[in-house]
Amino acid sequence: MSVDHSEALAALVGMSTGFPTVALDLVNEPMIRHWAEAMGDTNPVYFDAVAGVTAGLGGIVAPPTMLQAWSMVGLTGTLKRESSRGEKKDLENANDTMMRLLDEEGLTSVVATNCEQEYDRPLRPGERIAMRATIETISDVKKTGLGVGRFTTSLSEFFSVDESFPSDPSLRDAALAKAERVGTMRFRILKFAPQASAPAKPPRPKPALTQDNAFFFEGLNEGKLLIQRCTACATLRHPPLPACGKCESLEWDTIESKGSGEIYSFVVVHYPQVPSFDYPLPIALVALDEGTRIVANVSIDPEHIAIGQRVIARIETFDNDLSLPVFDLDTGA
Amino acid sequence: MSAHSFAGETAIVGIGATEFSKDSGRSELRLAVEAVKAAIADAGIKPSDVGGMVTYSSDTNPDVDIARSLGIGDLTFFSRIHYGGGAACGTVQQAALAVHAGVADYVVCYRAFNERSGNRFGAGVQGRAPMPNAENAHLASYIPVGLLTPASWVALAAQRYMHVNGATSEDLGVIAVADRKHAATNPKAWFYEQPITLEDHQNSRWIVEPLHLLDCCQETDGAQAIVVTTKERAKDLPHAPVVIQAAAQGSGAGQDMMTSYYRDDLLGLPEMSVVARQLWESSGMGPDDMDAAILYDHFTPYVLYQLEELGFCKKGEAKDFIKGGRIELGGDLPINMHGGQLGEAYLHGMNGIAEAVRQVRGHAVNQVDGLERIVVTAGTGVPTSGLVLSHDA
Repeated sequence: MSVDHSEALAALVGMSTGFPTVALDLVNEPMIRHWAEAMGDTNPVYFDAVAGVTAGLGGIVAPPTMLQAWSMVGLTGTLKRESSRGEKKDLENANDTMMRLLDEEGLTSVVATNCEQEYDRPLRPGERIAMRATIETISDVKKTGLGVGRFTTSLSEFFSVDESFPSDPSLRDAALAKAERVGTMRFRILKFAPQASAPAKPPRPKPALTQDNAFFFEGLNEGKLLIQRCTACATLRHPPLPACGKCESLEWDTIESKGSGEIYSFVVVHYPQVPSFDYPLPIALVALDEGTRIVANVSIDPEHIAIGQRVIARIETFDNDLSLPVFDLDTGA
Repeated sequence: MSAHSFAGETAIVGIGATEFSKDSGRSELRLAVEAVKAAIADAGIKPSDVGGMVTYSSDTNPDVDIARSLGIGDLTFFSRIHYGGGAACGTVQQAALAVHAGVADYVVCYRAFNERSGNRFGAGVQGRAPMPNAENAHLASYIPVGLLTPASWVALAAQRYMHVNGATSEDLGVIAVADRKHAATNPKAWFYEQPITLEDHQNSRWIVEPLHLLDCCQETDGAQAIVVTTKERAKDLPHAPVVIQAAAQGSGAGQDMMTSYYRDDLLGLPEMSVVARQLWESSGMGPDDMDAAILYDHFTPYVLYQLEELGFCKKGEAKDFIKGGRIELGGDLPINMHGGQLGEAYLHGMNGIAEAVRQVRGHAVNQVDGLERIVVTAGTGVPTSGLVLSHDA
């Protein structure tokens, strides 16, 4: 964190995030029904007045968890506020200011951590709900699993008001002092600096497998370096082909190579660099003791690789699904 | 095997090209159309005289689109050749065979691409999807280990050649210096007025050891076209005919596409030996009769191999053969007087054929004095092709 706004943030604690708001809609049966259906809540007190009376609630009530829903500004209202943030600072409310300061601290990512609601009593259709939110806490900078960040808690208080509730926002705080509180909500978020993680290395490009060459890669998956052998004349061949260049036979089996050989030629690749590999990348043409040659990776310092070096294969698995021989210097140990 | 029946019976009568750049700003098809149009004009014929078209299987421009664009009309011969730059002289061979057989009167060979601003060959096959077919199965030995590019494929063979023959990176540099010296006086060359020294070569960064950057050809946007007809018809055309004394293709024992690593030794290009055998037998000429050579130079090492396979020197001795300015203008065997693909442009070998035509016509910018005969080769490390061109003696 290059910027520290601790003091400015502390000054925001306890401040209202803006003038109290009033719900766009009165508590109403259609929204209650949609909510209950979407939630899969079949409690009859949300649909049936008789059931509500029987339950001692005086009729249909709203699900308590709808508390915040009544006060939400809707998609359009949200967009309006977001477009104003940062463009005109005089329109910033305390919440906007807090978010801007946290962004400036480099805590640009956000995750909601918890939400606690308390309900003073059920809400009934026809009620008008008003809401006031204040910044309750802003934590010091913490180390978290997601990265360094600050937790902030806002406290929202919900009130039942009547038609006399002022349309002038500046008069609403005074009106709420006389209104009945119906519930509260504490909403906690973590604003954090996303950790700079190294881009994951993409998997190695996969070999194209046909009926002719699949055995070779399947053998590697089983830990075996196989060499194709003509069953008619016993000539070994690699890379795989469907027939023997010596005797034309289409019949073949395999032998398992001991993996020993020597470097017949090699390169050290520098460019272009493909993200699946580490560079400089040494690659060798290895003459196996059985007589065939194979192109493979080698774990030898590029500075010291040389034609004629004795090498021995081990089979390494890349990206969990590709096994290839990798040759080490054979020290005779 | 006997001499080819069409040897000496056909001729190149027209050449045409676009500018050679790094960003043409136009479609590959438009480049092809421009080059074909220029070659037809250079030949002094009408588009409707063209009866055949040949290109590479790696070319993206359909012959019929070019034919429609230029009002060529009926085609009685069309063909495409595989193996990248190995196709270059092969296109001329196909054209010569077709006109000699009477299948078409005039055949246009062409190659066009935005190989620098578009699909860069130097990037290799890293993005190749593993569709299960034989060409991709071939690459299965190389793609998963990171041997992905033409430079790396050549380098793996070259390391062995250098080790056995005692050739050094400086020896490779002699070829790069000669090409760039020639390009420096060729206004069409990308590296016009930009010669290099051996020190520049040695100081250039590694691409794939043992190859430095300056061992590797450029990537180019451009197009080249060539018109072929019979020697008889050629006599009535504006330019003195450039006779195709021999044209040959070759694939050798243990042949692979760029990765023939399993041959008895890695010290030659057997496919170029197959080409050379036919060229000399059909033309009745030999390496000593050549006044110059256009040798395919996508990467410097295979120029050494070619000098040996064509018989200009013994196996393993090319590193000594090239010394002392022998392959530079004024030397015993000047090569790539246009600057080659390292210096002029990488047109998959087709610009080298055009240079050979200019040399035989006698009006190349870096003209070899008194040149009568010249050998041209196509892409190396792949099944390839070659030409012997001469005056109409």
